[in-house]
Amino acid sequence: MSVSSALRFALRRQARRVQGAPLVQRRHASTSLYNTELAGLTEEQTEFRNAVTEFAQKEVAPRAAEIDKTNTFPTDLWEKMGDMGLLGITVSPDYGGLSLGYFNHTLAMEELSRASGSVALSYGAHSNLCVNQIHRWGTAEQKKKYLPDLVSGKKVGSLAMSESGSGSDVVSMRLRADKVDGGYKLTGNKFWITNGPTASTLVVYAKTEPTKGSKGITAFIIEKGFAGFSTHQKLDKFGMRGSDTCELVFEDCFVPEENVLGEVNRGAAVLMSGLDLERLVLSGGPLGLMQAAFDYAVSYVHERQQFGQPVGTFQLMQGKIADMYVAMNASRSYVYAVARACDAGSVSRRDCAGAILYSTEKAIEVAVEAQQCLGGNGYINDYPVGRIVRDSRLYAVGAGTQEIRRMLIGREFNEQFKNSGL
Amino acid sequence: MRPTASRLLNILVPIKRTIDYAVKIRVNPDQKGVDLNVKHSMAVEEAVRLREKLKDAVKSIKVVTIGPPKSAETLRTALAMGADSGVHVEIPDSAPPPEPLGVAKALRAVIERQKEGVDLVILGKQAIDDDSSQTGQMLAGLLGWPQATFASKLVVDIAKKEASVTREIDGGLEELRCRLPLIVTTDLRLNEPRYASLPNIMKAKKKPIEKITPSDLGVDLTPRVETLKVAEPPKRVGGGKVENVDELIAKLKEAGITAV
Repeated sequence: MSVSSALRFALRRQARRVQGAPLVQRRHASTSLYNTELAGLTEEQTEFRNAVTEFAQKEVAPRAAEIDKTNTFPTDLWEKMGDMGLLGITVSPDYGGLSLGYFNHTLAMEELSRASGSVALSYGAHSNLCVNQIHRWGTAEQKKKYLPDLVSGKKVGSLAMSESGSGSDVVSMRLRADKVDGGYKLTGNKFWITNGPTASTLVVYAKTEPTKGSKGITAFIIEKGFAGFSTHQKLDKFGMRGSDTCELVFEDCFVPEENVLGEVNRGAAVLMSGLDLERLVLSGGPLGLMQAAFDYAVSYVHERQQFGQPVGTFQLMQGKIADMYVAMNASRSYVYAVARACDAGSVSRRDCAGAILYSTEKAIEVAVEAQQCLGGNGYINDYPVGRIVRDSRLYAVGAGTQEIRRMLIGREFNEQFKNSGL
Repeated sequence: MRPTASRLLNILVPIKRTIDYAVKIRVNPDQKGVDLNVKHSMAVEEAVRLREKLKDAVKSIKVVTIGPPKSAETLRTALAMGADSGVHVEIPDSAPPPEPLGVAKALRAVIERQKEGVDLVILGKQAIDDDSSQTGQMLAGLLGWPQATFASKLVVDIAKKEASVTREIDGGLEELRCRLPLIVTTDLRLNEPRYASLPNIMKAKKKPIEKITPSDLGVDLTPRVETLKVAEPPKRVGGGKVENVDELIAKLKEAGITAV
């Protein structure tokens, strides 16, 4: 018995995790070039992150390729994530949550995204868009009724604001909520809804006063079983395949009075305030994708040899490594700084928007560069980097567009200068 | 030190902080990643599974480690997996790693301090750093307890105060029936350790860890073995291909390898 038997065991264990993958992937299934010194995490945050990493690498990473190929989310993952404690990170322990901050949530999002971009996206939609909104705005009864199952993973959550005619101009949404006896009747559609096909609990925004623009929106909690609520088939997406997305259909769907989330006609406040934190937490998505692409590419260019040496030693390739590394760490530093500020109580619209704007842009660049590092192999779907490229593109249009994020930041400064009279 | 009252089981699991198996190892390594030793986490896992099976009959699961201050992290991981409390026999960072005999003596002292007694000690069969496979056996010798090593299956009968252990040996599987108190060392096929969930990690922070020193135990951990040299294995030289069995036999004869 010797070190070699330990190594054989290690290889067996890793081989079990990543069957039939190219050798490079098998070797570094559990090691990453994540820069811990730069991250500046506290001991508790490090422990938290390590636990999530172990879970993600064991339960999610080995299935990522399959999820992408079949465009199907594995339903057993919801309860596994629930048991792990991942679905209620910011939720009070009264409902089974961990009562931790947005930084922790962002770290979880990052590590899940490093394992699988599409699983992380569905995770983000469930745990932040849906769960966190109910947690922040729900009445005691609503929280008690809906949160425990969402936090345990027994039920899947979703949030619906976008429509095929209302993306960036979300306030122009046309889903109507007409007042009737005992509640409201919803008529219309929602589009681009993550987790739509499987969600049991949905936070839906509708126009209770269609003529009043942003002052006529109300948020509702919809249950899958409500009469008049149905979904159309899964969308066939370019990337984030496996993060099931679809259209929602409301045909005189009755929603009882007690399912209004927040105040009637004050839904825009619920919506907009949620968006800042959504942008922050989802910024973890591009960070994770970048780390995955970088880890893979850097390992690859030190194995692949041409002209008698590893391709990573050629200057142009060294340049690529450097550019990917710096972009990734700069993005991470900004996102983490914004996360810390949010946990300290300063939620800044321009910085939450900036965090996702920048990390998204860099993630797409890094993913494409990583694909280039693989040469011809980057073009074959046996290698994971192509999937990472496709997944990274989502963040430029999902949870907002890059253009809107830029507009928001500029507008924030316009208002600051207008108000200060400078 | 007496075994506990008839219907209850106190389990002790010694664990060790070692290098992460996934890290590349070189002579004089830079310690890049440290992790709960894999076989030790199986020992903790086995104790937790016994509790899941036997429920209240398992009165306590205590983990113990001998190491520098950072080893407390390893105890926290074990607590997050389901152990109830920990004992940290702390040695300074500068101290040399304890040897199996020293560890066994320290463990004996820890066991003798347990007012409630210890019925079952589950250890990893060998640690990934030194691969000694000695501590469990030495501890059994010092205590005069039965030992069942390389266990691939463990079934405890509390009423009879017995355990039946399946061991992996070269010839196949051996089944032993042992009386408690008992020392068991785990083999690879015993179980697949659970990862700690986030809620359990947070609960683990509140679980007690007792800190003591080797002198509290009256144990001297000075090494008795001196390492003269550590070297990498020789680099593999390329082999040759043979066309048929006759050529193979000829080459073997050339190399001086004869049939037994």
